Amino acid sequence: MYDFTYQKPASVADAVKLLGADPEAKALAGGMTLIPVLKQRLNKPSALVDLAGAGLAGISVAGGTVRIGAMTTHATVANSADVKKAIPALAKLAGGIGDKEVRHRGTIGGSLANDDPTADYPAAVLALGATVETNKRTINADDFFQGMFTTALESGELITAISFPVPEKAAYMKFPNPASRYALVGVFVAKGPAGVRVTVTGAGQNGVFRHRAMEAALQKSFSQAAIADIATPADGLNSDIHAGAEYRAHLVGVMARRAVAAAG
Amino acid sequence: MPQVALTVNGKKVTVDVEGRTLLVELLREKLGLTGTHVGCDTSQCGACVVHLDGTSVKSCTMLALQAAGRSVITIEGLAKPDGTLHPMQEMFREHHALQCGFCTPGMVMSAIDLVQSHPEGLSEQQIRHGLEGNLCRCTGYHNIVKAIAAAWPLMHGKAMPAAAE
Amino acid sequence: MAFEGIGASVRRTEDQRFLSGRGNYTDDINRHGQLYAIIRRSDRPHARIVSIDTKAAAEMPGVVAVYTGTDLQADSVGGLPCGWLIKNKDGTPMAEPPHPVLAVGKVRHVGDPVAVVIAETRQQAKDAAEKLAIEWQDLPSISSTQDAIAPGAALVHDDVAGNVCYDWHLGDKEAVDAAFAKAARVVRLDLTNSRLIPNAMEPRAAIGDFDRATGEHTLFTTSQNPHVIRLLMGAFVLHIPESRLRVVAPDVGGGFGSKIYHYAEEAIVTWAAGKLARPVKWTAERTESFISDAHGRDHVTTAEMALDKDGNYLALRVQTLANMGAYLSTFATSIPTYLYATLLAGVYKTPAIYAEVKAVFTNTVPVDAYRGAGRPEAAYLLERLTDVIAHDTGLDRVALRRQNLIPANAFPYQTPVALQYDSGNYQATLEAALTAADWNGFPARRTAAAAKGKLRGIGISTYIEACGIAPSAVAGALGARAGLYEAANIRVHPTGSVSVFTGSHSHGQGHETTFAQLVADQLGIPFNQVEIVHGDTEKIPFGMGTYGSRSLAVGGSAMVKAMDKIIAKGKRIAAHLMEASVADIEFKNGSFSVAGTDKSKSFGEIALTAYVPHNYPIDELEPGLEENAFYDPKNFTFPAGCMVAEVEIDRDTGVPSVVSFVAVDDVGRLINPMIVEGQVHGGVAQGIGQALLESAAYDVSGQIVTGSFMDYTMPRSDDLPSFKTGNEVTLCTHNPLGVKGCGELGTIGSPPAIVNAVIDALSEYDVRHIDMPLSPQKIWSIIAAGPKRRAAE
Repeated sequence: MYDFTYQKPASVADAVKLLGADPEAKALAGGMTLIPVLKQRLNKPSALVDLAGAGLAGISVAGGTVRIGAMTTHATVANSADVKKAIPALAKLAGGIGDKEVRHRGTIGGSLANDDPTADYPAAVLALGATVETNKRTINADDFFQGMFTTALESGELITAISFPVPEKAAYMKFPNPASRYALVGVFVAKGPAGVRVTVTGAGQNGVFRHRAMEAALQKSFSQAAIADIATPADGLNSDIHAGAEYRAHLVGVMARRAVAAAG
Repeated sequence: MPQVALTVNGKKVTVDVEGRTLLVELLREKLGLTGTHVGCDTSQCGACVVHLDGTSVKSCTMLALQAAGRSVITIEGLAKPDGTLHPMQEMFREHHALQCGFCTPGMVMSAIDLVQSHPEGLSEQQIRHGLEGNLCRCTGYHNIVKAIAAAWPLMHGKAMPAAAE
Repeated sequence: MAFEGIGASVRRTEDQRFLSGRGNYTDDINRHGQLYAIIRRSDRPHARIVSIDTKAAAEMPGVVAVYTGTDLQADSVGGLPCGWLIKNKDGTPMAEPPHPVLAVGKVRHVGDPVAVVIAETRQQAKDAAEKLAIEWQDLPSISSTQDAIAPGAALVHDDVAGNVCYDWHLGDKEAVDAAFAKAARVVRLDLTNSRLIPNAMEPRAAIGDFDRATGEHTLFTTSQNPHVIRLLMGAFVLHIPESRLRVVAPDVGGGFGSKIYHYAEEAIVTWAAGKLARPVKWTAERTESFISDAHGRDHVTTAEMALDKDGNYLALRVQTLANMGAYLSTFATSIPTYLYATLLAGVYKTPAIYAEVKAVFTNTVPVDAYRGAGRPEAAYLLERLTDVIAHDTGLDRVALRRQNLIPANAFPYQTPVALQYDSGNYQATLEAALTAADWNGFPARRTAAAAKGKLRGIGISTYIEACGIAPSAVAGALGARAGLYEAANIRVHPTGSVSVFTGSHSHGQGHETTFAQLVADQLGIPFNQVEIVHGDTEKIPFGMGTYGSRSLAVGGSAMVKAMDKIIAKGKRIAAHLMEASVADIEFKNGSFSVAGTDKSKSFGEIALTAYVPHNYPIDELEPGLEENAFYDPKNFTFPAGCMVAEVEIDRDTGVPSVVSFVAVDDVGRLINPMIVEGQVHGGVAQGIGQALLESAAYDVSGQIVTGSFMDYTMPRSDDLPSFKTGNEVTLCTHNPLGVKGCGELGTIGSPPAIVNAVIDALSEYDVRHIDMPLSPQKIWSIIAAGPKRRAAE
């Protein structure tokens, strides 16, 4: 790692001020991606602004919405009785991110701000039609993800919380990369206020995407049979030593059917 | 140079560190606690697992400064002062759950967290899944899984619920 | 007190320190005034070094020195030697191109060390290493084994024509040709044995230290054999006499072969510490290990079996292309020859065998022994070929094995490929494994799995290995440049406790326990009275270390020889004390007694007498009780066994799961069954890793694709089942303990059992062979192609 200054502000306002004052400074959430990147010397921030003291952790459920603070860890989401009751698919997704040590440190805000194309949370946020709250505004999930490692966040903008409308039913199925255990293909299926949504992470070259053909079919009939014959085009899907685009396309179908079955 | 004050194995320490100093570097290089190991640089192997305020974390993926004011327990801090091993350490020995010993400290710390966080019991598959963040190249995990199952009743003071087995 | 002698599952002595965080691994050691070395490595597969500008790096804060290959050359530092000379078919020696410690002129693989930066802190060295300005001229590179011998292929070494290191053969070509000519049927199989990265959990590390007062160099290193390192580095690389060079291999976190070899970094830190008169430490980061630790396997093979009309094996013909990587690692050349082709009889009575092995250079990390080393390649070939024969002929695969096994009454059995098996009972392990796995009940399990939508398959392998490579004279005649004995020194202390100094090295094997059991048992003293000392050339006799499952068979035998001398001397002391004839003294259960009387002296009394020789036969016998022994085995040992695997495949995704695994092995006498079982577990896990998960991959441009744990699939706990193990025992006939070795059999027997099971699970798709690793994607593509549509390969 290149050396940097470490700062731990006590509020979002102070964090924003520190980040605004130094264009080379970076926000540090759980660090589960950022610290490995820094260890590889792939990034050279002048300062890390640790958000752990900014009061951004916590879960609340009210009015059909689950609101999760940006600094809430995956383990907290996975074990939250409220989340398990309101959106069990979200708790299950959080409980399957990385390994338990990663879940003890990694945060929902960090994951979304980083927008790794193989991360799990983007699939849930997009499928559930969640709203990303920042220190400046609220951003609809559809507008938030803009290709891999690219989001609508502007410089100096920090995620403060994510609000998930409680769906009627939902499920997430992941086919992990055998080596890294990130999502090779992850499919989140939800039926909620905004209708049926099917999102795919891990597979697309541009990060998380909505599977419109499956959404349309499931809108008509929420059943495995409804999507059994929907082929996913391999064009635009990732290809690597573990899975070529064709195989990924096939797995999207399998994971989607399993998610539909699990959603009930 | 910044300073970090924290509690390590029950003792308060204050140490000079750089911003970039990792928690594992603080433990190994500044405090001489070399029981915590580094087996990879991609946060995969789990040889560096310690407890931070009672939960398992990878000390290679955390800055020393992030641990300010918190309590860290390493493998050196598990046994009682009289040398009596923690039940997990004892069961690892009893069931031959270690060979070269390099992954062992992280494996033990991770296993303790796993058992503590499952008061309802653990099936073999849950144990295997719970060790996802720890690599061992010697044992094939067979005896590690056995040792953890054997430690559960000792740590919870009751038999493992039958449903979990 | 519980029985702690031979045959008891004594809990391990070493565990106390490992479990409490008090292990002492190389990176745990820090020397006063220590500097840190960072190696700048090539990031290109093949390039000319036009220039290296070290100025900016040298001026960085904390930097003490920057060295390149030219600096080492100017100081007469030699290249890294290869320990085994293989001769070509025509008797000429193999090509043995130089292997500089730091690259000179050219780099030949991604990871090739180019320069070293030494600074006050690790971070400073790292910061400075980035400032080295290297101008490269890229050259065309070879990244696959087959490409090395393609016409017009780029040359890895300018003076090695066609990239061929050697073109070697073994066996009777004429007899094989004759058998093929009259065969009722010939079955051919093309296969690869995948390239693996050993990944012991402890990354390699080395600390050089230099004592200005005495001129003594010390190297702390992650080695399986400190004396071998001292010999190779002292004699060939740095020209330091043994008296001035101490090599310490403290606690070592796994080796699996990868820590046998003499590596560049060991020489770099030792040399630099001498230059700078300060300790220099280097510790690999894991991604660095991927491109600097020797890899394993990497064979491309064609095998053909000639059969009579009843399926009896008549002759085997094998052609193998073996990848050496860019340079010859220490024992690389011996692996695809004397540890592979000599094993091609397997457990079968095939009367004629002819093998041709061509070893080639490529622009990849050097390849050397990895757990099993040559023997897994032989077993995989034979056991896949046997299943393919069953597939092609319609014969039952178990019956085919039964009919071709070497019978239990045929020992000693001379194979057509040089080895003589001393003992074994392959039928016994086969039948025991079939029973333990409930082979006959499989159809019902397959039906039950099908009802859940799973494809279930069962696979078998019957394998042999050769351990404790020996004897030295034979190995020497075949090109080995080292002896293959082991040494032991047994020091009985005045109170009767014992220190054992062994040349074997423990890096997970539990020697401090097994050897102590052995010595306690033989001397009739309590287990806790025996201390095992290993790993430090200043303490132990010149020994060859631990690899090839040799520690007990060779190292243990040396201890027995030394103990025999102790007991013989003890008898003479006892005879004197009890005024009896030496011939009448019996030694049993730690007591010297006069036959036919009730007179006896304990081991402790004799020890005390030896050191306090007041009433002592001083004219005939020296005081003291300490003996050395060197044991050179008469033959290899031949553990063998049978493994049975069951897998289930998810039809939708192609994901295979190992649902049952049985290993029944014959390792000879068991000293500590618990430790033996642990060795089997670990080996089987690595074998399952090779069969299903692991594979080192290079892209066409010569970059490694699987360069970290993010891409190279290490077996994790949830990838593996619990294992069922069993033992059948036939004793080795030529070592005093009757032991055979158990370290590698798991990696030898398990890959074919797993692959055979997966292919059986896919039987409705008529698959003949799939190369490892059997990834979900490969399996899915077969399922997706549909039943019976795939043409036989």
